[in-house]
Amino acid sequence: MILVRPDRVMGLCNRYFYIYTRSGFRLLDVIFWPVMDLVVWGLIAKYFMRLNSDNPTAVSFLLGAIIFFNILNRAQQSISVSFLEDLWSRNLLNAFVAPITVAEFVASTFVVGLTQIFAVSLIMSVLAFCLYTFNILAISFALIPLFLNLLFMGWSVGMFTTALIFRFGHQAEALAWAVPFLIQPVSAVFYPVSVLPDWLQPVAYMVPATYVFEGMRAVLSGNVEIASYLLKAAGLNIFYFIAISIFFGAMLNSARERGALAKLVL
Amino acid sequence: MAADIESEVETIVSVEKLHKSFGKAVAIDEISFQIKRGEVVGLLGANGAGKSTTIQILLGLIAQTSGKVSIFGMDPWKKRVAVLQRCNFSSAYVALPYNLKVIENLDVFAQLYGVSNRKKKIEELLQLFEVDHLAQKMTGGLSSGESTRVNLCKALLNDPEFLLLDEPTASLDPDIADKVRKLLAQVQAERHMTVLYTSHNMRDVQELCQRVLFLHQGKIIAEGSSEAILSHFGQETLEEVFIAIARNQVTTSLLSGEHN
Ligand SMILES: Nc1ncnc2c1ncn2[C@@H]1O[C@H](COP(=O)(O)OP(=O)(O)O)[C@@H](O)[C@H]1O
Ligand SMILES: [Mg+2]
Repeated sequence: MILVRPDRVMGLCNRYFYIYTRSGFRLLDVIFWPVMDLVVWGLIAKYFMRLNSDNPTAVSFLLGAIIFFNILNRAQQSISVSFLEDLWSRNLLNAFVAPITVAEFVASTFVVGLTQIFAVSLIMSVLAFCLYTFNILAISFALIPLFLNLLFMGWSVGMFTTALIFRFGHQAEALAWAVPFLIQPVSAVFYPVSVLPDWLQPVAYMVPATYVFEGMRAVLSGNVEIASYLLKAAGLNIFYFIAISIFFGAMLNSARERGALAKLVL
Repeated sequence: MAADIESEVETIVSVEKLHKSFGKAVAIDEISFQIKRGEVVGLLGANGAGKSTTIQILLGLIAQTSGKVSIFGMDPWKKRVAVLQRCNFSSAYVALPYNLKVIENLDVFAQLYGVSNRKKKIEELLQLFEVDHLAQKMTGGLSSGESTRVNLCKALLNDPEFLLLDEPTASLDPDIADKVRKLLAQVQAERHMTVLYTSHNMRDVQELCQRVLFLHQGKIIAEGSSEAILSHFGQETLEEVFIAIARNQVTTSLLSGEHN
């Protein structure tokens, strides 16, 4: 059996196309916050540079981190927030009784998420270059595997939060926004793992994003040999993706047993 | 219909000893029934009788505790996509996304159901339910009568062989409810569609359904045509039967050997 039929994925994607082409506010929401982050953090970094000017890479570390973290955050939201939207609009039952597979639903959020992320990352990168002369292309070829690892991790986190919403219903909604920020402190986003207290460091090394951000800083410091970072991130990502897929299936089954799919709607 | 002919008609839905409990609470208590192609069956019962639970098990949205369900001879969960492709569902309690236009919503669902010639199909349905003037309106802005009719358009997009309706007229005023019933009856007759219709509204069931399953506290306590049920309980209208059962004024022993 073919699990993902492109025409049905297109149908699901069309829905977002309709929403985003009409609603200026939605578009603003996608673009506004990341841009704000970039501007504010860029200024903070500039200020720190003025206080202590012997490390010029500090600004690029920070700007790179902002752009990269947004990728992670967006990827996870593209899944969990799409699901919440069906929930809020009482469309969940319509969606669940349509002949689409979970894989197709997830695939459509991938496509929509990827498009969004691509557009926003581009805007942020251009802005970072214009405002702060930060050139993300300095990361060169490593950019692509770093990007893919973040994307993948974001999707896993999105599936995880959606699974939690299956299990805990409306009370878990806030997780759709919160989870990336809960992981952030142990993901070495803005500082290296070595800054963390000893007992937290092993936790950080279990997060795929940690290797992405460490890798990014390594590249920006002129270190080209980051294959080991990439491999560790990819390995962990594959592990989590499989584990979370199983968890997702279990939560979906539990929701079916508790009659929660319909109850979430009412 | 003569008995010997009846047995040759294809069975669309078969439910055997279906049981569902939520924790300790029993929602469906070992019910069995069959629906043949082209039949319109009403699932009648008070609030909490188990109507929605039954429908949702048929749609694979709820997992049963025990018992067997098959639709078109397939398990609705294991063969989910194949079954759902030939079914559709609507209810007063579900809605289409509010932030899309009516026509956009219908177009998205037409795509999901793989409808060919979507534009034409959607136009036809909008006209049939007399809501073609709403095509460009935002779905969130519709009145409940309008949105019920748009939901029914969605439910007929894929020319379902089996249509499940969970209290579709619940939020309608009597005039529109009557209109919707007549339209449904018309569409059903034209397409020889199989329909399972839940309601706590006697009018609905009496008018539309050839056969009624009377559900009470998770059990089917009576089954047959409206007339058969009336004579069984010695009441004049289904309304009276309903009230009598709801107040436990009649013995709710199973009706004769009509079950298979
Ligand atoms: N998800 C659920 N969790 C717990 N109890 C439920 C759930 N869904 C339904 N019930 C219970 O099962 C019984 C049947 O409910 P339902 O099928 O919704 O009835 P109806 O549609 O006939 O009004 C009710 O007692 C209801 O409280
Ligand atoms: Mg109900």
